[in-house]
Amino acid sequence: MTTKHEVRKNQYFDSVTLMVASSAMRQMDGVINAAVMMGTDHNRDLMRNAGLIGPDTPTFGVNDTVIGVQAETDQAAQDAIAYFDTFINGKKASAQAQTQVRATSLPTAKSQCPQTNFAVISVPGRYARAEAEKALGLGLHVLLFSDNVSLQDEVELKEMALEKGLLMMGPDCGTTIINGTALGFANVVRRGNIGLVAAAGTGLQEVTVLIDQLGGGVSQALGTGGRDLKAEVGGKMMSLCLEALRNDPETQVIVILSKPPAKEVMARMLEQLSTMDKPVIAAFLGGDPSLVEGTNVVWAGDLEQAAKLAVLAAQGQPTTLPPQDTAHTETYVTQLCATLKPKQTHLRGLYSGGTLCYEAMLILQEEGIDAWSNIALDARWKLPDGQPSRDNTLLDMGEDFFTNGMPHPMIDFRQRVERMEREAADPDVAVLLLDCVGGYGTHADPAGELAPAIRRAKEIAAQDGRDLVILASVTATETDPQVRSHQIQILEQAGAVVASCNAQAARLAAGIIRRQRQE
Amino acid sequence: MNMQHIQKLFASQLAVANVGVDVFCQAVQDQKVPAVQVDWRPPAGGDVELAQILAKLQTLPGNPIEEANREGFSRMDASDPEWTGMVYAHEVLPDMDKYTIGHAGPPLAWEDMCGPMQGAVLGAIRYEGLAQTDEEALQLIQEGRIRFRPNHNVQCVGPMTGMITWSMPLFRVVNKTFGNVAYCTINEGLGKVMRFGANDETVIARLKWLEQTLAPALNRAVELHGPFNLKVIMAKALSMGDEMHQRNIAASSLFARTLMPSLVRVIDDPQVLGEVTDFITGNDQFFLNLAMAACKSICDTVKNIPYCTLVTAMSRNGTNFGIKISALGDQWFQAPVLMPEGLFFPGYGPEDANPDMGDSAITETYGIGGFTMGASPAVVRFVGAESVQAAMDYTSSMYQITQGANRQLTIPTMDFRGAPMGIDVRKVVDTGITPVINTGMAHKQPGVGQVGAGIVRAPMDCFTQALKAFAQSLTLT
Repeated sequence: MTTKHEVRKNQYFDSVTLMVASSAMRQMDGVINAAVMMGTDHNRDLMRNAGLIGPDTPTFGVNDTVIGVQAETDQAAQDAIAYFDTFINGKKASAQAQTQVRATSLPTAKSQCPQTNFAVISVPGRYARAEAEKALGLGLHVLLFSDNVSLQDEVELKEMALEKGLLMMGPDCGTTIINGTALGFANVVRRGNIGLVAAAGTGLQEVTVLIDQLGGGVSQALGTGGRDLKAEVGGKMMSLCLEALRNDPETQVIVILSKPPAKEVMARMLEQLSTMDKPVIAAFLGGDPSLVEGTNVVWAGDLEQAAKLAVLAAQGQPTTLPPQDTAHTETYVTQLCATLKPKQTHLRGLYSGGTLCYEAMLILQEEGIDAWSNIALDARWKLPDGQPSRDNTLLDMGEDFFTNGMPHPMIDFRQRVERMEREAADPDVAVLLLDCVGGYGTHADPAGELAPAIRRAKEIAAQDGRDLVILASVTATETDPQVRSHQIQILEQAGAVVASCNAQAARLAAGIIRRQRQE
Repeated sequence: MNMQHIQKLFASQLAVANVGVDVFCQAVQDQKVPAVQVDWRPPAGGDVELAQILAKLQTLPGNPIEEANREGFSRMDASDPEWTGMVYAHEVLPDMDKYTIGHAGPPLAWEDMCGPMQGAVLGAIRYEGLAQTDEEALQLIQEGRIRFRPNHNVQCVGPMTGMITWSMPLFRVVNKTFGNVAYCTINEGLGKVMRFGANDETVIARLKWLEQTLAPALNRAVELHGPFNLKVIMAKALSMGDEMHQRNIAASSLFARTLMPSLVRVIDDPQVLGEVTDFITGNDQFFLNLAMAACKSICDTVKNIPYCTLVTAMSRNGTNFGIKISALGDQWFQAPVLMPEGLFFPGYGPEDANPDMGDSAITETYGIGGFTMGASPAVVRFVGAESVQAAMDYTSSMYQITQGANRQLTIPTMDFRGAPMGIDVRKVVDTGITPVINTGMAHKQPGVGQVGAGIVRAPMDCFTQALKAFAQSLTLT
């Protein structure tokens, strides 16, 4: 075995680019382990612990690219490093084809393209505030994808934005649709008269996709970042976004998606909404309908309901939903349980979308099923990071513990795929619950990444003489680059059961678990 | 609430700048919406405090910095340097006596001087007749009789060690637009010369000849010809493949061609005429010193503009690299000099080279030299750049840290784009791109002379210090 390391001075690449390259290098013949990272202290530790750098590695700093390869032979290691260069040069060449001189800062970019009116920022959290502040200073609206930004910085950025009348979406805002353009992780949905504001990224994806499915359309879909409705931030951006939608002539119906806001924030928001002359549908996930009792706000219990109610309102119809078709669900449950053994009474959910995971847990709870989770509804059910699943477990694999040094699970499926195999090996497990999120910014073929793992999970169960129900839903539209029907087909061919949406998948899962418990 | 910006956004074409993960940029472009990817890297080597300062500076009410920088840039643009004659240091420099020695770079004490600088100082003392031997000269220094000062503080510049003493003749360059004057010594040629720290009798003798024979002749010639417009020569030379720091052959030839008819008319003695014309035409770098004085006369006009973050001086004393920025006047911001990387003359290697030295980085301060490498395919080999494309890439990257493009000095090889002009300290810190400098390399032992040429960067630390001090001056920190 041999280890080779190289330092490329003053070469900066974003971490996603490097992780994609590293991942490809690891898959090369004869390569045992490989990583290419920027030379931060954190990465230094990671690479040192992995044995990819050693005392003889040249010194490096944060602007240097560090390459470490462990391989069976010198040649294999050299090939891996050569691959990296080819990979990067390919990127560079395509970048050069687009523009002659690449702007290295926001002000330069703005001066090169004066029509620029929007900044998407996804730099590491500690630099995010400065970049966002610069963008606001240049009069740009901001989508701040970065997380790990302090609450104080968030408050100050939003105050700055309010003063200037600019959108400051985030930090930790993954999804938005402006003028029909998907930014961050977002889907291609029909344009229409429903305007949305969300403090929940995948929630916004799911609802916009469902609206599209139901024949409705979206005017604007705005994100605020998950902490906007906390008392500290005070719903600053929510309030601005609601005003923006109030003033937007294209928007006829307003949808709000969030966890229940802090009490005083809720009071202010309801006051603001009380003068709204457009129907307002709100899904305060995990909250109580009494929150909006006596107001003009229509309560939605989950994301699916929010989409259905919004489309009804958009068509000028009364905002009441028929009850769930439980008979149909029960028939399907009977079918799915037929091949399960009585011992199989547990459920494991592996999610790339946080809000989808949360929604599923709420539905399970309604049905009397408590689940362990890293984002548990109740602290008693909190599964400590790094621990194996127990009983019923639902994991949001986009949380910090999983994304530390790794790309988001909507881009990189390695961790989810590994975990699927582990859950499949547990003889008590009846159901694997998955999301499959498409749209721009996400993986080009998420179902294609999940399909082999679905087959392997089924095989693992079969070898143990069991069956395993794998339930999934696809958050994508027909017009998304991944194409909804195509994704569904891939999942189904691999042996998964694909529900019409995440809420339906969760209901079906709950039905199976309840049935299995009874037997 | 002020809703007008958001309403405008909803009603107009979205145009995105993406900072960070590039798949988001690609995604927007795939939707046929204009998007530019910002080639972002952590600002200032990852210093979060500086990143915040930068952001604050950009959001000052009314953006006074931008306005001040535009003013600075327009002064550089309007500058019109002319060579008007030769003067002696003691005639024109303030607070001058025989014991005063001007040197390159920021201030430094004898003990901190590198080998070549010390060698030059000993030679300069002997040149002025204050001592017969190096030992006597050293004694004067140790007795504290010699006063050292940076050339930059008295409107002067000098290449490499940059010695300027009482008797030395100086090019006088007047910035016609603003009336300010700048001075530079005469280039001594290659080989054993004082600017590389040599100080034997041949060096002293040549300096005496410059003082007593060449300078008077040059002065008479310029009197007869009238002032030389230096920007015109520089613009032409740039279009002829000079970058004007390490390659000045076109500029020197143009200069000689313009000078010669006057020179032959003012020198009677054929022997002297032969020596003078041999000297001027035998030195490809003759024009460098005139270019330096021209650049100094241009950069000085930018000094002391409130809120202006443009760099007005970059200079090295062989130990430290120093810069000045407009708003902070004559305050130096220093960091240890870096080692140039480049090519060596036969018989020499990196172990022989002295670290970066000289006031000649005034050329890059104005925006030629390393900044115009793209204009000079021929200099590529000399300074050890990888390729002509690499030279163009150096120039391209300098636009990222400058206020704008030079309207008079254009680069034919890059579609006649103006040379990058007006280094903005904010942009240097923000982008992490430091100014690139083409430079000669001195042997680290005094007296050996030039051993090669190469490329060196201004140390980032100078710029981060300057930026912090600037923010402090605005009580932002």
